[in-house]
Amino acid sequence: MQTRMRVLSSHLKRLEAEAISILRETVASFRNPVLLYSIGKDSSVVLHLALKAFAPGRLPFPLLHIATGWDFRAMLEFRDRRVAEVGAQLIVHTNPEGLARGINPLTHGSQVHMNIMGTEALKQALDNYGFDAAIGGARRDEEKSRAKERIFSHRGPGHVWDPRNQRPELWGLYNTRLNPGETMRVFPLSNWTEFDVWDYIAAENIPVVPLYFAAPRPIVRRGGALIMRDDDRMPLEPGEEPEIMWVRFRTMGDWPLTGAHESRAQTVEEVIEELRLSRVSERHGRLIDHDQEASMERKKREGYF
Amino acid sequence: MHGITPPSRGLLRVLTCGSVDDGKSTLIGRLLYDCQLIMEDTLAALARDSRKHGTLGEEVDLALLVDGLEAEREQGITIDVAYRFFSTPQRSFIVADCPGHEQYTRNMATGASNSELAIILVDARKGLLTQTRRHSYICSLLGIRHVVLAVNKIDLVDFDRDVFDRIVGEYATFAAGLGFRTMVPIPTSGRFGDNVTRRSDRTPWYRGPTLLEHLETVSVEEDTTLIPFRFPVQWVNRPHQDFRGFSGTVVSGSVAVGESVVVAASGVQSHIARILGPDGDQERATAGEAVTLCLTDEVDVSRGDILAPTADRPAVADQFAAHLLWMDEEPMLPGRQYMMRIGHLWTRASVTAIKHRIDVTTLDQQPATRLAMNEIAFCNFATAQRVAFDPYAQNRLTGSFILVDRFTNRTVGCGMIAFPLRRASNIHREAFLVDKAARAAALGQKPMLLWFTGLSGSGKSTVAKLVEQALHRAGRHTYSLDGDNLRHGLNRDLGFTEQDRVENIRRAGEVAKLMLDAGLIVLAAFISPFRAERRMLREMFEEGEFVEIFVDTPLEVCMQRDAKGLYARALRGEIANFTGISSPYEPPEAPDLVLDGDGATAEELARQVLELVERRQAG
Repeated sequence: MQTRMRVLSSHLKRLEAEAISILRETVASFRNPVLLYSIGKDSSVVLHLALKAFAPGRLPFPLLHIATGWDFRAMLEFRDRRVAEVGAQLIVHTNPEGLARGINPLTHGSQVHMNIMGTEALKQALDNYGFDAAIGGARRDEEKSRAKERIFSHRGPGHVWDPRNQRPELWGLYNTRLNPGETMRVFPLSNWTEFDVWDYIAAENIPVVPLYFAAPRPIVRRGGALIMRDDDRMPLEPGEEPEIMWVRFRTMGDWPLTGAHESRAQTVEEVIEELRLSRVSERHGRLIDHDQEASMERKKREGYF
Repeated sequence: MHGITPPSRGLLRVLTCGSVDDGKSTLIGRLLYDCQLIMEDTLAALARDSRKHGTLGEEVDLALLVDGLEAEREQGITIDVAYRFFSTPQRSFIVADCPGHEQYTRNMATGASNSELAIILVDARKGLLTQTRRHSYICSLLGIRHVVLAVNKIDLVDFDRDVFDRIVGEYATFAAGLGFRTMVPIPTSGRFGDNVTRRSDRTPWYRGPTLLEHLETVSVEEDTTLIPFRFPVQWVNRPHQDFRGFSGTVVSGSVAVGESVVVAASGVQSHIARILGPDGDQERATAGEAVTLCLTDEVDVSRGDILAPTADRPAVADQFAAHLLWMDEEPMLPGRQYMMRIGHLWTRASVTAIKHRIDVTTLDQQPATRLAMNEIAFCNFATAQRVAFDPYAQNRLTGSFILVDRFTNRTVGCGMIAFPLRRASNIHREAFLVDKAARAAALGQKPMLLWFTGLSGSGKSTVAKLVEQALHRAGRHTYSLDGDNLRHGLNRDLGFTEQDRVENIRRAGEVAKLMLDAGLIVLAAFISPFRAERRMLREMFEEGEFVEIFVDTPLEVCMQRDAKGLYARALRGEIANFTGISSPYEPPEAPDLVLDGDGATAEELARQVLELVERRQAG
């Protein structure tokens, strides 16, 4: 186990204890849980917490990565290294039909791409492996419809979320009971903010994808967003030439859909300082969220994480 | 304004409540906005949303910052609890923004169960409403001891001090018995920001703090480290032969390596050998910490047990009295079985008596035979298993429970335990030397209960009679229980309301149980329309004893037969709660036998039952 760089605040200790308790509850209550590992900072924190929750035992569930074919290469490298380090079992799933039909964000648009390669792929994987509980790193402070979601979030047959009919959650007495065909999504970081996550990463020295830190990267400007051209599948428009810019990413996702911003923050401390001064929200760089108003709620009702 | 340095006063968990349209979401939106916690892109989206959904014309509608669901934005109301997070240099906050509509009271209770302070909003124009009182009472019941009375929309009464004073006076009278330690009234305008984060010069007569000042400084500390140690075991960690630890969160008190502990339900004692925290071994664990405890002895401990100090143990009982808030559209019926989650233990439980219902407007106690959604009552409970608990007033986390419907798995109720009922522990069952097996052997048969369920007029009694005659001729010892006959004697006091039907079945089940104990084969013909009660029956008996026979006769056929003329009367409205007409029949999902009551003669149906009985007797 890694040593702490500094002592946790009482606030972070409380969040840590709550998350560990939620993870243990999941393992105690479900037949076949899985950790949805999206390789981002939140997933990295959940993985770190899970290692603590079940020590001295090993992770009692596998990791599941939904690969869309458009993940940043740096994310995949990080994933494989991290999984080997902690000795976890990794399942990678890509929607085979979407792959066969060549679904991609460039020609089909972000909505179709994320629906088929993200949401549908996730549902396929959960069904194929018979997972009855899927743990994710989503936080209530990310977005308005997330703010309404339960820690143990019930999904009906077909993985649909009914936001108007959620189970009340009192005193941490979670109702974990399922009927056949139903599943649960579990969010141990529900009560964390983006700051809490970075604070914890700093205090616990948790490894994260290098893309979170500023470096010179090849960038093209598309519709006001800074897109890093991670490979040559994205054709350049006439006269377009990638320029090398100092940028970093605030969230992880498919590279054509994830905007970078100009930054010189190269350490966790510098990232925290930059966030402290920031006047835009975390999801600003996510191109998929702006497609339509209330788009997150719609995606979640269809089974998105 | 974001605090990356830990705020000095720690975390405060706040909920907002009050009636619909009192402006809760707007007030919270205003708080976030004035603390400059709204990001630029969020503000741009807000301006867009305000034009589309807003209720204020060109003005920015701050409520849209918190109402996140599509239905909420379209209808302009809050449906579900939303959690908002923010920090100032003084403190960090989690705000649960709760819905005001009555049908979402359960969501409000959810917010209250996890909060320390409540902001109760009142529309200055309307004064105290039923919802204000209801929410205040629920806050009190759920243990909230600090409230802010925000007399909101004060701009709409021209910042009139008299209006403010009148509402505050009225509220103080109402809340006198609710046990609040602090009650701070503040005149506010969420729309314009008066006294939210900035002192308003339009209320010069008001000398108290702004809302934010009060939230930043109020002391709500309840030191859970000072009450006795309680450790509900959440999960047994057994990765290999050499390690066996009990994982969970210390809910109160503290414990150190070497101290003695007791498993509350079994009374078995041991000592703490090791404490594993998030960073490895530690000497002591205090309230709020998630740890793994190892004991010095190989004692039997599993999920749901509570570890406690040997000198200061929780109560252990299978009956107790508690306040119950009902949260489901289907009413709560005494005698019906629900799943109860108390700590990490799941057990079957039922209400044995409603002592009184509480009128939340007047706080008066009223008699009741059932509970509808959003009603609160003081009830006696019985659980299938003995459980360990503390009174809720002493310990919120070991004194609370939820109830879950056994078919839909919806969370239907939540409860706060008041005290154990002692009489349960004084009745010790006599262990008779001559037992059921001995009696059955003397009669040369396996005791069983043939339970015929189906609509009135489906043919249950007719078939049961034929079956009993045949069994009797074959030398079996039998007895028939008939719904109608029982209602002339034992169940004379029962009518046909849902709760009486539940009790009717429960008594029939208990009588049958005694008869099976005597070694008999019992035939029972009861409409028994509800799955829940038939399932309760199955669980009262040993494996294979309860044989559920569904006499499946279509309603039209039963109505045509109408041997007793009951359907005709029910259709004329002369009989209330008549199964099939004005009360539902829930067909069995997995009966032991289905009889086609329309397609075959009674003799043929009886033959099918006899075949099953002989098979079971032989098997």
